[in-house]
Amino acid sequence: MMPLLTVENLATHFHTRAGIVRAVDGVSYTLEKGQTLGIVGESGSGKSVSCYSLLGLIPMPPGRIESGSAHFDGGDLLNISKDELRKIPGQRISMIFQDPMTALNPYMTIGAQLMEPLLLHKGLSKEEAAKRSIEMLEAVGIQDAEQRMNAHPHQFSGGMRQRVVIAMALITEPDILIADEPTTALDVTVQAQILELIKSLQEKNGMAVILITHDLGVIAGTCDSVAVMYAGRLVEQASASSLFHSPRHPYTHALMKSLPSMNTDGKELYSIPGMPPDLTKPIEGCAFAARCEHAIEACRGDIHLHSIMPDHATACIRAQKGEL
Amino acid sequence: MIEVRRPLLEVCGIKTHFPSQNKGEMVKAVDGVSLELRHSEILGLVGESGCGKSTLARSILNLVPPTAGTVYLNGESIQTMSRSELKKARPAMQMIFQDPHASLNPRMTVFKTLAEPMLAHKLATKETVKQAVIELMEKVGLAPRFMQKYPHEFSGGQRQRIAIARALALKPRLIIADEPVSALDVSVQAQILNLLAKLCAEERLSMIFITHDLSVVRHIAQRVAVMYLGRVVEEGTTHDVLKNPQHPYTQALISAVPVPDPIEERNRQRIILHGDPPSPLNPPAGCSFHPRCPIAEAQCQQQEPKLGNLHDNHRASCLLLQKKFVE
Repeated sequence: MMPLLTVENLATHFHTRAGIVRAVDGVSYTLEKGQTLGIVGESGSGKSVSCYSLLGLIPMPPGRIESGSAHFDGGDLLNISKDELRKIPGQRISMIFQDPMTALNPYMTIGAQLMEPLLLHKGLSKEEAAKRSIEMLEAVGIQDAEQRMNAHPHQFSGGMRQRVVIAMALITEPDILIADEPTTALDVTVQAQILELIKSLQEKNGMAVILITHDLGVIAGTCDSVAVMYAGRLVEQASASSLFHSPRHPYTHALMKSLPSMNTDGKELYSIPGMPPDLTKPIEGCAFAARCEHAIEACRGDIHLHSIMPDHATACIRAQKGEL
Repeated sequence: MIEVRRPLLEVCGIKTHFPSQNKGEMVKAVDGVSLELRHSEILGLVGESGCGKSTLARSILNLVPPTAGTVYLNGESIQTMSRSELKKARPAMQMIFQDPHASLNPRMTVFKTLAEPMLAHKLATKETVKQAVIELMEKVGLAPRFMQKYPHEFSGGQRQRIAIARALALKPRLIIADEPVSALDVSVQAQILNLLAKLCAEERLSMIFITHDLSVVRHIAQRVAVMYLGRVVEEGTTHDVLKNPQHPYTQALISAVPVPDPIEERNRQRIILHGDPPSPLNPPAGCSFHPRCPIAEAQCQQQEPKLGNLHDNHRASCLLLQKKFVE
C-alpha cells in the first residue's frame, strides 16, 4: 500500500544575519492512512518547522527549503504552484496550533470562521454550511452549539477555544491533521478531554495525525509511531511500544531518564550535560555526540538513520552495530 | 521537655477577593485557605489555571494584601507589621517566577541584579559585594566570569539560575517558587529541579513550590496541597496524596497525567472530567466541584464540605468522605 504522505530528505534553512540556521536538516518519514505519528523533541529541534514546511507556512525569506520532497496524493507538496498548494491546506491537510487565541480571528464570530472553509473549498450553500458547523461544534462537545455560533472567541474558555479550533480543522474532513502542541497551553484535565476527542474523531474518519509535542507522556498515550528529533535531524524512529521500552538512541534514553516520574521518589534526576548545538554552525557526524556519554571517534563520521529492527530505526552508529 | 517549634509559616483562613468589572460582584480568587509550612520543608501547591494558587502565593508575601485572614512568619503576623517592620521581614521571604525573561531586568547585568538587593539591605558593603556575588553564582552553578553579561545573553535554564541566585542573595528562610520549571525543556527542567532540591537541603530553606505538574511535585515536595477554585481540597504527605488520593478531584487530576509508557497508558482507567473549571466569579453552590464530579450526590449541591482529617497529616474536603473523618 502506498503511504499517504512520504517526506524525503527535507531540509529547511533560515538565512539570518547571524548565519545559516539549519533548522531542519535532512528529515524523512512516512505516514499511513489512519496512523498517528508523534514528533517529539525539545525547543529548537525543528519539529514544528518540519511540518510548517509541508504547508508552505515558512516565511521566505529568511526561510528556504533547500532540498527534499513530500509526496501526497500523487503530487509533491514542496514543488507545486501556490494556487495548487492553496487547495490542500484547510481541505486535505489541516493544522491545529498551540495557542487557540492566535489561530482564531477575534473579530469574527465562531460560526463565520467555521463556515468559511466550507463556503470556500466545498462550495456549500450558507444554510448547509451553518448546519454542518453546528453539527461539528456538537461533535467536539460544545453545548448550545446553535447559540454559540454567534459568539466571539473571547467569550470562550481556553479549552473551548481549542475545541473550536479542532472543529475548524476537521470540518472539511481532511486526510491529515497536523497538531502542533495542541494541548500544551491547556490544563491536564482539559488535555485529557482534547486528546480523547482527537482519537475518537480519528477512529470515525480514518484520518492520519501528526502530533508534535515535547511531552513524552502525551506521545505514549496517543501515537502509533514516534520520531525523535534533535538539532534538526531525526535521531530515532520506532513504534511507540518499541521506543518507550527499549530506546535505541542515547538522546532518547537520556530524555526519558530526565523526566520526573510519578513512580520514582525524590532521587536526584538525571540531567543531560552541556547544551544543544549551535545550529548556525555545520555539525560533523552525530549532533548529540558532544553530550553523549557513549560517544567514540567514529561518531564524528557519517551518520544515517538505519533500521535495526522491523519497526525501529536509530541514527546511533553504536546502537546500529549492537554495541549499546 | 521538648519544645515544639512553631512552623516557619502559618497561613490562617486567607481570603483574597478582587472587585470584578461588573459592579458589586467579587472574584473570589482565594477563598479561605489555611496551611502550615515547617522548617526545611518543601510544600507542593497544585491546581489548574485559575484555581488561585498564584494569588495565594502573592497574598502570603503580602504583595497582594489578603481581604481576610492572617499570615504568620515565625509567629509574627505579616498583616499587622508597619512598613518599616515589613521591610525588615522582606529578606526572609523571596519569590522565584515562572518566566525568567520577564522577571529579570534586561538592562541589568548579572552582577547588578545580584548586588543590588544585598547592598539595599546592607548584607554586603561595596568592598565585599563582589565576593558575595561570586559565591552566589557558584552556588547556583553559573561561572562567575559571566558576571558582566546581560540576561538576554543566557539560555532559559541559565536565566532561571540567575533568578534563583537573586532569591538566595538575601539569605531567605522561605522561598515561594511559582512554576519555576514550566517554561523549560525537560532536560533543563531536571537540572533546575536538582538545584532547587539541593539548595533547600543545604541552606535549610523552606519552599512553597507551585506547579500544575504532578510528576514534578512528586519529585521535589514532601507535602502537597491540591487547590480547586480558591480552596484547598486535599492536603497531606506527597506519598499519601499521590498514591492514595481521596478527593475525587485529586483522583481525576492524577488520572489525567499522561504516563510515558504506552502499555500502561493505554490500559489504565482514566477519569475524564467534563467541562471546564467554573468561574471564581460565580462559584457553584455547595461543593464547588460538584458540577464536574463523577460521584456527586444530591447533598453536594447544597452543603459546603469542610476540610477534615482522614488520618495523620492527610486532610480532604468532600462530603462523601465525612464518615471516614477522625477527630
